[in-house]
Amino acid sequence: MTAALELRGIVKTFGELRANDGVDLAVEWGRVHALLGENGAGKSTLMNVVYGLTTPDSGEIVFDGRPVVIHGPQDAIRLGIGMVHQHFMLIPPLTVAENIILGQEITSPPGVIDLETAGRQVSELSQRYGLEVPPRARIESLSVGVQQRVEILKALYRGARLLILDEPTAVLTPQEIKGLFEIIRNLVAEGNAVIFITHKLGEVMEVADAITVMRRGKVVDHTTPQQSTPADLARMMVGRPVLLRVEKKPAHPGDVRLEVKGLVVHDDRKQVAVDGVDLDVRSGEIVGIAGVEGNGQNELVEAISGLRPAVSGQVLIGGRDVTRRSAKSRLHSGLSVIPPDRHRQGVILELPIADNLVLEDFDQPPFARWILRNLRAVFDYAAALIKQFDIRAAGPAEPTGSLSGGNQQKVVVARELGTNPEVLVAAQPTRGVDVGSIEFIHRQIVDQRDKGLAVLLVSSELDEVLSLSDRVAVVYRGRVVAILEGEEIDRDRIGLLMAGGAAA
Amino acid sequence: MRRWWSIFPGWVINLVIVPAASVVLGFGVAAIAIVATGADPSQAYLALFQGAFTNTNAFAETLVSSIPYVFLGLGVALGFRAGLFNIGAEGQFYIGSLSGVFVAYSLHLPALLLIPLSILAAMAGGFLYAGFAGFLKARFGAHEVITTIMLNYVSFLLANYLVTTPGLMLDPHTRTPRTPYIDPNAALPIIIPQSRLHAGFLLALVAIPLVWLLINRTTVGFRLRAVGYNPGAARAAGISVATTTVLAMGISGALAATAGIVQTLGIQHVMTPAVASGYGFDAIAVALLARSNPWAILPAAMLFGALHNGASFMQLQTQVSSDLISIVQASVIVFIAAPAIIRWLLRLREGQVAKVAITEREAISSV
Amino acid sequence: MFELAIHASDVTVFGSQTLVTATPLALAAFGGVMCERSGVTNIALEGIMLTGAFVGYAVAFASHNLWLGVAAAIMAGVLIASIHAILSISFLVDQIVSGTVINILAVGITGVFYRTFLETQQVQGPGTLPVWSIPVLSQIPIAGPILFQNAFVTYAMLVLIGVVHFTVFHTTWGLRTRACGEHPRAAETAGINVHFVRYLNVLASGALAGLGGAYFSLQQIGEFLPGMTGGRGFIGLAAMIFGRWTPGGAFLASLLFTASDQVASRATAAGIHIPPQFLGMLPYLLTIVVVAGAVGRSIAPAAVGKPYRKA
Repeated sequence: MTAALELRGIVKTFGELRANDGVDLAVEWGRVHALLGENGAGKSTLMNVVYGLTTPDSGEIVFDGRPVVIHGPQDAIRLGIGMVHQHFMLIPPLTVAENIILGQEITSPPGVIDLETAGRQVSELSQRYGLEVPPRARIESLSVGVQQRVEILKALYRGARLLILDEPTAVLTPQEIKGLFEIIRNLVAEGNAVIFITHKLGEVMEVADAITVMRRGKVVDHTTPQQSTPADLARMMVGRPVLLRVEKKPAHPGDVRLEVKGLVVHDDRKQVAVDGVDLDVRSGEIVGIAGVEGNGQNELVEAISGLRPAVSGQVLIGGRDVTRRSAKSRLHSGLSVIPPDRHRQGVILELPIADNLVLEDFDQPPFARWILRNLRAVFDYAAALIKQFDIRAAGPAEPTGSLSGGNQQKVVVARELGTNPEVLVAAQPTRGVDVGSIEFIHRQIVDQRDKGLAVLLVSSELDEVLSLSDRVAVVYRGRVVAILEGEEIDRDRIGLLMAGGAAA
Repeated sequence: MRRWWSIFPGWVINLVIVPAASVVLGFGVAAIAIVATGADPSQAYLALFQGAFTNTNAFAETLVSSIPYVFLGLGVALGFRAGLFNIGAEGQFYIGSLSGVFVAYSLHLPALLLIPLSILAAMAGGFLYAGFAGFLKARFGAHEVITTIMLNYVSFLLANYLVTTPGLMLDPHTRTPRTPYIDPNAALPIIIPQSRLHAGFLLALVAIPLVWLLINRTTVGFRLRAVGYNPGAARAAGISVATTTVLAMGISGALAATAGIVQTLGIQHVMTPAVASGYGFDAIAVALLARSNPWAILPAAMLFGALHNGASFMQLQTQVSSDLISIVQASVIVFIAAPAIIRWLLRLREGQVAKVAITEREAISSV
Repeated sequence: MFELAIHASDVTVFGSQTLVTATPLALAAFGGVMCERSGVTNIALEGIMLTGAFVGYAVAFASHNLWLGVAAAIMAGVLIASIHAILSISFLVDQIVSGTVINILAVGITGVFYRTFLETQQVQGPGTLPVWSIPVLSQIPIAGPILFQNAFVTYAMLVLIGVVHFTVFHTTWGLRTRACGEHPRAAETAGINVHFVRYLNVLASGALAGLGGAYFSLQQIGEFLPGMTGGRGFIGLAAMIFGRWTPGGAFLASLLFTASDQVASRATAAGIHIPPQFLGMLPYLLTIVVVAGAVGRSIAPAAVGKPYRKA
């Protein structure tokens, strides 16, 4: 039997970074092949190579037994390769049918789109694969789960026999994930091949027939769910045994420092995203928020930070009601925030490290007098923090953009902890960060908690929440569905709650 | 093949070599146009040079022409640093002239009071006018490129209305549509006898370090740069993006308005109905050529001043239209804004030539 | 009876003037629609029209053939728009900067060549495009003379309302264009060559605005004057925005803008004191209102203005 896809020695570099460093991979027809690796391991780059979105520096691609050169998505589509991207490639104001036929339009007369026929064909296709979609609805009006079905249909409409799914479960609810797995099994049962990119071990064990693990642009191992345990896979993924538990002393909670009462917040589309949340975080404890991404966590963080107005309810910091206060005034009254998206909210890559370290206090003494900045004071302060937080940099004047992701994140952490805050809201504090920096950042958070800091930890990595938190609040659809403590903190139970299962 | 100039440090390449090469190439492109008209480029350029530099008066005139470009270029450059594309410098120029000239002809005070007051009035007018575009962006997301273009035309019409309507700014003692002449005390003194070079040039020389200081050494400038680079991170750090946008547009407009009033107090001494002057586009060209660096605005503005001043002499001498300099300017912007072309021509490594400030804006929200 | 007749002819003149002067605005706006729907901002419409006006006139003058002139205007529009395309699409130059380049360049090129070749010519010019009265239809009271007694560029503009609308909303090309303007990356993953689509749309906008330029020099006055487009390209841009990036809307917006000019000149003649400058401000102020989203929500293509870089 010929392999569906064979990759030989794929190399792709971006500047200094070797995203793919001689990758070999063989995917067989009728199989689900999981591509497993941490964020930044090179999985997406590899698949972009296969789909023609990236040109490799060297290496060979063999599709269905024939060596091929893929210059762009057109070539991939022609070969029968389809890809469902992590961020959907759908055009929001266009309809489902328009999105599906885009690029291979159904026309009559030539050049004129025949939406009637297109709609009919889409319906037929969706019935055949059990992927129900409304052909005439605009994409922007559909839920994420339905949008993903449109994406899969789009690939099937183009005659895909090899389907690449890039982190397909990141935005889905557990039910939707189940549905997706069923679709995947149907597809391979018909003889197609599926490449499933993920960094979630459970999903790999559940759905994959074959597994390839990648780390730092290289293939670590080829294996199968039968031959390996999740612990093996985890070790291969990160390269050394993971510290599943961060060492920490029992918490000694003190007074309530952060209090959220009946908070209701809207998202950008004016829909309720945070729906009456009550929470309190005491001095000396870490409260973790567990939940599938997109259940109101970002809106909650923004409402606490003062970046998004509260529709109703209150936010109190150190006992003072700050609900109507600006972000600036909250930051100056003892709140620190590690924002979830480092590049969009955390650091300004073009500015020196020193400027990023005083981003919130640049206009306060000693960093400024009247409107004049005191650069000497800024640089002295920065030099001290760089040392204290082990930021690997040439010096305070180095542009932040030239640091590694982990060191950039340390800049954010240093800025937020350097001011000795009362309350820290840490949202995805270790996203896209190397293992060494993860450990360092976790250590810092725990140390500060031991010194009396109140920490609200928001993370989509359940392991991170479980290993750091003293209490865990589970959110589902904008509500806190349970707050668990001590022995109650149980992975399976939290998983069920995250999925909207009734509180046990 | 690496050339000898690639050994220079980055800032020399970006602020000296690339702009200089762009200008030379710009003249080269325009030379093609001259040849196409059947004229001799070397004669045309000789005349251009003579007209701009070869005697005291020509040089003084070049400096005179460069004064408005300094202020306009500083204004647009400051906007760029805050991630804003102020294409409305021309409109702000007129609003500045209008509000400034009003003070300059209605009040009769000693020069030391009247000149600063007139300039302040102009700056206030420009600040409000451009700040309004900033407000529309901050509050409603209206893109500043569109609003400032539209406000340009509004300002022309407004100026015409005010200048031609009896009882408003029309001089009651004349039939020509113009304002009254400014109080003699408001006129900027001439600094080189027998020439038109006025004290506005000294003001321009002072404005450059002040704007540099503002951008690089004050909290206001820091706010502005932070928002320009990454509005999301600035906002998360407690910087008000809305206020900063209004402020940056306002300051940018105030600088453009200063160009207007300095021109009025230094040269015209009166305001007549506005005609589209192309100053707005020229200002963009100056700022781009200077890479939004305040110090580099001076040579860029002087180049543009020399071009404008020399062009009329060239037209007189060689019959090549003074519009030729627009071809030079357009080509210069192309070479500055598309660094890939220059990099290829000069065989520089990627990364040695910086992107232009403006292309660093991640995205235009919506035009 | 007599009074009514005068009244009717007034309406006809008003309507006809409004439509005819709206011609270049609408054509520029259609060009803007094609261009911006594909994701490329076009503030260069003014410069493109000026170039079209000049080249159209120069060719008509040299060849004594107005139709060659019209064709040349369109070609010149395409040619100068290709600079915008190359810079903004291939070299990823900021689209506003590259539009600025075109606007400055157009002044330079038309100015230089006008002075050398046309300014001093004493020979008779090529005249203006003939007015064609369409039999029967032009006899319809009021609407007939307005719609069916026009010269070529105006007829072309009227036909193009439908053509551009159909192209953008009902053809393969239009679907791909809108896809590239909304989410170019998605379009690329669907196998569409984003740069190619954008190139052709920018060139099409050049053709449309170039034809708009022909209106000034070959239909309106039969002569070229430096800077004769006088900012009408920017009003066209305004009409495109006010018309919500649709050809029909852009056409109606153009009519509204030119009708306000007509009202202004008539009001002054009739001794009514609305300062004409204020009516002149109308297009600009309305556009500001629209981009500020005060009238409903403005619906610019999501990716307009963003250079698309292949991975």
